[in-house]
Order: sequence, then C-alpha cells, then structure tokens
Amino acid sequence: MTEELDLSGQDSDAGSEEVVLTPAELIDRLEQAWMNEKFAPELLENKSEIVECVMEQLQHMEENLRRAKKGDLKVSIHQMEMERIRFVLSSYLRCRLMKIEKFFPHVLEKEKTRRDGEPSSLSPEEFAFAREYMVNTETYLKNVALKHMPPNLQKVDLLRAVPKPDLDSYVFLRVKERQENILVEPETDEQRDYVIDLEEGSQHLIRYKTIAPLVASGAVQLI
Amino acid sequence: MFCERAMELVRELHRVDQEDGLRQVLEEMKALYEQNQSDVNEAKSGGRSDLIPTIKFRHCSLLRNQRCTVAYLYDRLLRIRALRWECGSVLPSALRFHMSAEEMEWFNHYKKSLATYMRSLGGDEGLDITQDMKPPKSLYIEVRCLKDYGEFEVDDGTSVLLKKNSQHFLPRWKCEQLIRQGILEHVLS
Repeated sequence: MTEELDLSGQDSDAGSEEVVLTPAELIDRLEQAWMNEKFAPELLENKSEIVECVMEQLQHMEENLRRAKKGDLKVSIHQMEMERIRFVLSSYLRCRLMKIEKFFPHVLEKEKTRRDGEPSSLSPEEFAFAREYMVNTETYLKNVALKHMPPNLQKVDLLRAVPKPDLDSYVFLRVKERQENILVEPETDEQRDYVIDLEEGSQHLIRYKTIAPLVASGAVQLI
Repeated sequence: MFCERAMELVRELHRVDQEDGLRQVLEEMKALYEQNQSDVNEAKSGGRSDLIPTIKFRHCSLLRNQRCTVAYLYDRLLRIRALRWECGSVLPSALRFHMSAEEMEWFNHYKKSLATYMRSLGGDEGLDITQDMKPPKSLYIEVRCLKDYGEFEVDDGTSVLLKKNSQHFLPRWKCEQLIRQGILEHVLS
C-alpha cells in the first residue's frame, strides 16, 4: 500500500497544482473534510477530487482483497480499514446531501449567482440532485395545494419560506496556521469590534461567520 | 376565528391522515378570497374605504392559511423522505396506505434522484450511502433472528438458515439491511 495517488484539480486550466498524496494523507484529507462538513452550519466547498480518489482507493483495496488468500489475518484488517473508510466517505456525502436538501433554495440561488472562477459548493451531480429536489417539491406543492388556492396565492417564495443556514452558530476549531488580526464583530449593540490573533495549535469556540473563510482555506479545522 | 383549521393541521402534524383538514382549509381560503373580492370592488366603486381594514385582515388570514398548509405538506414530505433512508426503497404497505398518490409520486422521484446521484459517485456501481450508517466497531457481529427468513448467503458461498431465535456470528455489513428491516437483532453482550 505504498503507491502514491495523483490528486489533480478538476480544471487544469485554472492553474490548480497537481498534488501527489500518499493513501494515508488522502484519508487524512477525507477525515478533515468530513469533520469540517459535519460541524459547519452551511454547505462547504465540494471536494469531489478527494471523493474520486477515495473511491479509487477503495476499489484497489477490494481488488487486492479478492486476490488475497482467505483466512489471512491481513484480509480481516484490510476489510476493517475498508469499512471504516467507507463509513467516513458515506457519512461525509450524507451530511452534504442533508444540507443540500435542508437549504435547497439558497444552495441553488448561490450557485446561480456564482461568478466564473469562484469554486462551486456543489459537484455537478449534487447540483442535478438539488435541482431535481426543488422541482419535485415545487410540483408536489403546486398540485396538492397551491393550484387550489385563490389566484394571488398560488406561488410560494421558497427563498423566504425555507430558513437559511445560521452562520452565527458557534463552532469549535483548532488552528492549523497562525492567523493575525481576525476581526470579531459584536453580537450586541453594547459590544464593539475587536481583533484577535489565532495561535497555531490553539483551540477556540467562536462564531462560524467570523472564521468561515479560514475553514475554506484550511487554516483552521472544525472539531 | 379564521385559520383554526389550518392551525390544527400544523398542531396535529403527528397524526397520519388529514386530507379532510386540508380540504377545509382550502375551502376557507376560497370563501375569504371571494369575500375580499366583493369588498374590494365595493371599496373601489362605492368609495367604502372603511372596508379596507377587513380586507387587510382577511388577506392576512389567507397568507397564514397558505403558510400553515405549505408547512404541513412540507413536513409530511420530510417524513416520507426519512422513510427512504430508514426503510429502503420499498415501503411497507402499511405506510403506503397512509400516503396520497402525489406523495407516492414525490417519493418515487426522490428515490430515483438519489439513486442517480449514488451511482454517479464512481466505481462500477457508485456508492450506496444509505448503508454504513454507523461507525463500524467490528467486522463480525452477533445477531439473533427475530423472524423466520430462510437461507441467507454469506461470503464465499456458504449460507446460513435464519430461523426465529437462532443466533449467528455474521459479517456486519451484510446484516445491516436485515437489522434495519427488523429481521435480525444485534446482540450486544
């Protein structure tokens, strides 16, 4: 299991680097993405490169297992490892789907207004899923209730009806790269803005909105 | 008071079958709207601006009715969605009995959408993310059979006879589906 994996970005003309990761590093990245996604209140940037590579990794492992001798202790251990990786990957993808379903009008709106060059929160398949979910739900509501209502009430503005993710919710994090001069906005009118430094290795409980860009850049890890 | 029926719909969300309630809310909305229509005409042509507060009040009731109805229907959809994740893609007939035709249609679209997404995840058949719901503690688990099931094939071709009350030591991932369906029970020693 010492082969290295090619983790290249999806659009090579955007100038993303080709990073070569060991399998262990790949699983590390998956676990980090998983924890971030679990604890962040909003849908984070999609990491389909990691998903693809992990799927490839699982396939390799499965092929190796099929060729191995039965009853070999290594087989059990590798099988356990595969189950753990499959669990983390499934959990990560489930978490994303749940957020997509929960915030579907906002997720789709954000994608619609995204500028070229900005990374997307949704993979193409997730986008298709989100759109289908929206159409399915809108059609259902229209056919069961809305079309039977008075003419001026046959539409529902889903962007207003469905709550947005609460970016002010608090999250725990560990600092991976030292950050200086993070501006913390006041919660109440009596407080004022203040500035903090985040030391490497320190842990904090802080409002998600303040550190959202740091999660995206990898400077902090949600725990 | 208006909107009583709509409020009741929302209050009784845990009750399974409320088609009657929905119909009554829609009827109330129709009545309110028609009253408003006639009052608006009167206010405009007859100069009766004293009708305007009533018109506004009815409009608020209409909006509230719409909101309660949509909330009720959407909540039902969320429960139906949860069924796909708990029971799998085939719903037990007892549950189907309580679902309307439109809800079944929504369910079918949803599970198709989900299946397409899961297949796209790479590999030969994609990844079934409705499995592996709990972190794996061990490869094999002790299970007790709750109902007669019959022959069950394990890896490498051997099969086990699942009879009620028999206990077996089986691979965890193979049992997950049967545990969720209530056929097997995980024995925690």
